[in-house]
Amino acid sequence: MMKRSKAILPALAGVTALLLFVILLENISSMIPGLPLVFQPTSPLFTVLKKAAVYSLVAVSMNLLNGFTGLFSLGQAGFMLLGAYTFAILTVPTAQKDQVYYLFGGCAFDFSLPDFFGSIFGSTGAGGAVSMVLGCLIALVLAGCVAGFFAWLIGIPVLRLKSDYLAIATLGFAEILRAIFQWQKLGPITNGANMIKGFPTFSSFNISDASGNVVLRLSTFVPFLITSICVALIVLLIHSSYGRAFKTIRDDEVAAEAMGISLFKHKMLSFVISSFFAGVGGALFAMYVANAQAKAFTSTMTYEILLIVVIGGIGSVSGSVLATFLYVACCEWWLRFLDSEMYIGSFKVPLLRNGFRMVVFSVVIMVIVLFFSQGIMGNRELSFSRLKRLGKKKDEEAAGDKGAAENKTGEG
Amino acid sequence: MGNDIALHLENVTMQFGGVVSVNNLTLDVPMHKIIALIGPNGAGKTTAFNCVTGVYQPTNGLIEFMGKPMVRAYPTGKYAKTYKGENADKYSGQEILSPTPDKITKLGIARTFQNIRLWKSMTVFENVLTAKHMRAKQNVFSAVFRGNLSEERRMREETMELLKEQGLDNYKDELATSLPYGLQRRLEIARALATDPTLLLLDEPAAGMNPQETFALADFVREIREKYKLTVFLIEHHMDLVMNISDYIYVIDFGSEIAQGVPEEVQRNQKVIEAYLGVAEEEGA
Amino acid sequence: MEYVISVLLSGISVGGQYALIAIGYTLVYGILRLINFAHGDVFMVAGLMGIYLTAVLPISLSLPLVILLTVLLGFTIERAAYKPLRNAPRMSVMISAIGVSYLLQNTATYVTGGQPMTYPTIPFLSDTVNVAGTQTKWVVILTPFLVLLLVILLSMLINKTKVGMAMRAVSKDFETSRLMGIKINSVISVTFVIGSALAAVGSILFFTNYPAITPLAGAMPGLKAFVAAVFGGIGSIPGAVIGAFIIGICETIIKGLPSSWDVSVFSDAFTFALLIVILVYKPQGLFGEAATDKV
Repeated sequence: MMKRSKAILPALAGVTALLLFVILLENISSMIPGLPLVFQPTSPLFTVLKKAAVYSLVAVSMNLLNGFTGLFSLGQAGFMLLGAYTFAILTVPTAQKDQVYYLFGGCAFDFSLPDFFGSIFGSTGAGGAVSMVLGCLIALVLAGCVAGFFAWLIGIPVLRLKSDYLAIATLGFAEILRAIFQWQKLGPITNGANMIKGFPTFSSFNISDASGNVVLRLSTFVPFLITSICVALIVLLIHSSYGRAFKTIRDDEVAAEAMGISLFKHKMLSFVISSFFAGVGGALFAMYVANAQAKAFTSTMTYEILLIVVIGGIGSVSGSVLATFLYVACCEWWLRFLDSEMYIGSFKVPLLRNGFRMVVFSVVIMVIVLFFSQGIMGNRELSFSRLKRLGKKKDEEAAGDKGAAENKTGEG
Repeated sequence: MGNDIALHLENVTMQFGGVVSVNNLTLDVPMHKIIALIGPNGAGKTTAFNCVTGVYQPTNGLIEFMGKPMVRAYPTGKYAKTYKGENADKYSGQEILSPTPDKITKLGIARTFQNIRLWKSMTVFENVLTAKHMRAKQNVFSAVFRGNLSEERRMREETMELLKEQGLDNYKDELATSLPYGLQRRLEIARALATDPTLLLLDEPAAGMNPQETFALADFVREIREKYKLTVFLIEHHMDLVMNISDYIYVIDFGSEIAQGVPEEVQRNQKVIEAYLGVAEEEGA
Repeated sequence: MEYVISVLLSGISVGGQYALIAIGYTLVYGILRLINFAHGDVFMVAGLMGIYLTAVLPISLSLPLVILLTVLLGFTIERAAYKPLRNAPRMSVMISAIGVSYLLQNTATYVTGGQPMTYPTIPFLSDTVNVAGTQTKWVVILTPFLVLLLVILLSMLINKTKVGMAMRAVSKDFETSRLMGIKINSVISVTFVIGSALAAVGSILFFTNYPAITPLAGAMPGLKAFVAAVFGGIGSIPGAVIGAFIIGICETIIKGLPSSWDVSVFSDAFTFALLIVILVYKPQGLFGEAATDKV
């Protein structure tokens, strides 16, 4: 315990430095003109950073369940959906509701958190900012709570199921949710199969002056901040007595139960907490894509996140985070060139056309699954002492080196 | 009788499909004694244990712990018709009690396993520490936000003490499964002790041990009984160990009791020799 | 009345097509205890192969070739993605299956350019016929009979032949069968070959009745077929078939309900709700055996 409290300070310092770095990175183009295109706000760098920040929270939440508690659940997209919709419904400004829900003659739920706080703190200037931030924060928490509540409901019957049956039942539950949210009869609340738009997004957090020019960009910082807080909470949980109890369930259920650890209670706890953070992640995802639509939260999304967790290493939080940044960067940026035709001189490079990127990507994933089943980190964690050791021992095994190298790219 | 009986089994029957693996077993484990349950392979010993620890719900019978009914069942469902055991009506109509294993552990019954079941990804220290989780005064929020620091410190100190006592403190940061076999058995006992039991169930604690280790184990079991004021109920194959440490022995074969008594009596019992000891000697030779 | 007949007919036909996929799931699960997530995508790929092959070859040649190639695909997937993980935890194999599914979907997107592809008209199967005053395609009438025939053949294979006996042995106890000298890998390959062949037949029947194939077209029928397998009791072939017919019929009934109720979005959700209910109340399904863990 004593050692742990000592480890908290450097970790806190590291995260703060990372967050400050993100702010700097976002704003550097307006401070120093003439920088390369990569640093412009429209660069794919920021898309990657935002999306990866969102996905890493979901990946870590999935890892808590699959990696640390040993419950193979495939319901993550469903809980994200709940979070996204809760957030969207609670934060669309009342003035915009008629326009968003025009097919259903307005929204049945005539309330908006930012407007509510706006009526207290004022809706312009600093007051407006305060009410927007407060409204979004509370909506995020509620998004998590709604997801957690539904996890509790569905957990009562399904958590008794064994590994693969649990997986398919949670997958089914996510599909059921998706159908319910597309049901036209619920249109006045969910906008049916159409998307909900008009709620605050990441760019709403950019600070602009009176004439509307952005003075300080915070649109990448916000997802980083929220994800950092959530991941920190998950890490604290994993290193607590409860986290250890989760691991005993993963290692040997029978022994865990025989040592007085209630399987149902702890599985439920892990499931609800994981879903809570998946819900928050879903809300962040809605902010990232600036809409909430049930169509987006398919089982393919869950598979994607599962594969990220596997690449990072089942049972490693830092692995999941690293893997997310790598995955998203490859997917959205570094491997983009595979999707467009390319000529070297007059030679047309074969195979390159739309969709090839994902083929290459899935082959890489299969290679990792088959030959590097430990993923980047296995079940170990990145820590300062570990990095130091790596620095000293150059002949450390290749896997460890790779992990450290990738950490740098992940943070950059 | 009354309160000096720690564990009391009455007419316990366990039927799987058409097979009765434990038949009408009645026995007493008095406080502060070492009681053994022996019998040839497949006699139903581990099944009886699993009924006591809540892994199985018995088909029929009553189990009392410290004078209070803990498990109670009568044939229901498909067994209402197919039940082959005795005393089918004795408990019918009474409330069925079928607590999960963790609740039974919480009452004060801890166990070890025939085929060691340590938590393989955790260290020796964590294995013992986590067994204390059940009794810790905390909730998720206090644990996450570190409001349980004093509780956590207490658990760690107690764990360290326990490990020192068992001579495992040098291995505390090793993976539990990397220990030599004999130490893994010890660790399993240490882990069971960490749940603060009043009754300790040992499922073949000497399995796979050589004569010296078995001898040491006998001393060890007596020692922890004194130290922790324990009652011990064990299943064993090693006759040396059983005859050496048991205060009283129950012998079962094909699920039914065939003899009981102090070691000397059991050793002389003709039925036991026929069913069990004779075979065991042949095996031993 | 006509309406009822047409709903029932198409329900039985959809059910039959699910049944052909479900058998693949149930066989593989019975032996490997693996939910072969890629099976639905194998089915989709079989559909695409049907499109591409009939474009260049006559039907009489291309359809057998589709079945052959699908079998080859199933066999390769097993050898490449599942066999190396034979001793790995069950979760890893399942993740590998999800990976294969991802790969097949992405490859299909690449090849087709993500456009929905129209399935060719197969003479006779696509012809319309009049049953009790309802216009329907021949494939709808034919499917249940074909399924029945294939299931009888398969049951004979499993109950009467040596390979079938080996399959039953392996599904009862993997390790012991291996010790008894059964060539585990060949048995598993046979399982995948049978499963893929049936999926190929299923794809011909299924897509003849549907307008288009997209890369995701296999995922949903695949999951539903799996639900059918669970419903019938995983590992049991008659169970899978009956489960598939029930699910197929229920689904078409839901789709056929008055549009003012607007419940057609729930046709998929219903299947999953059914799944959860079964798993919770009768996890061994209609015909499955309950398994117990040894402590």
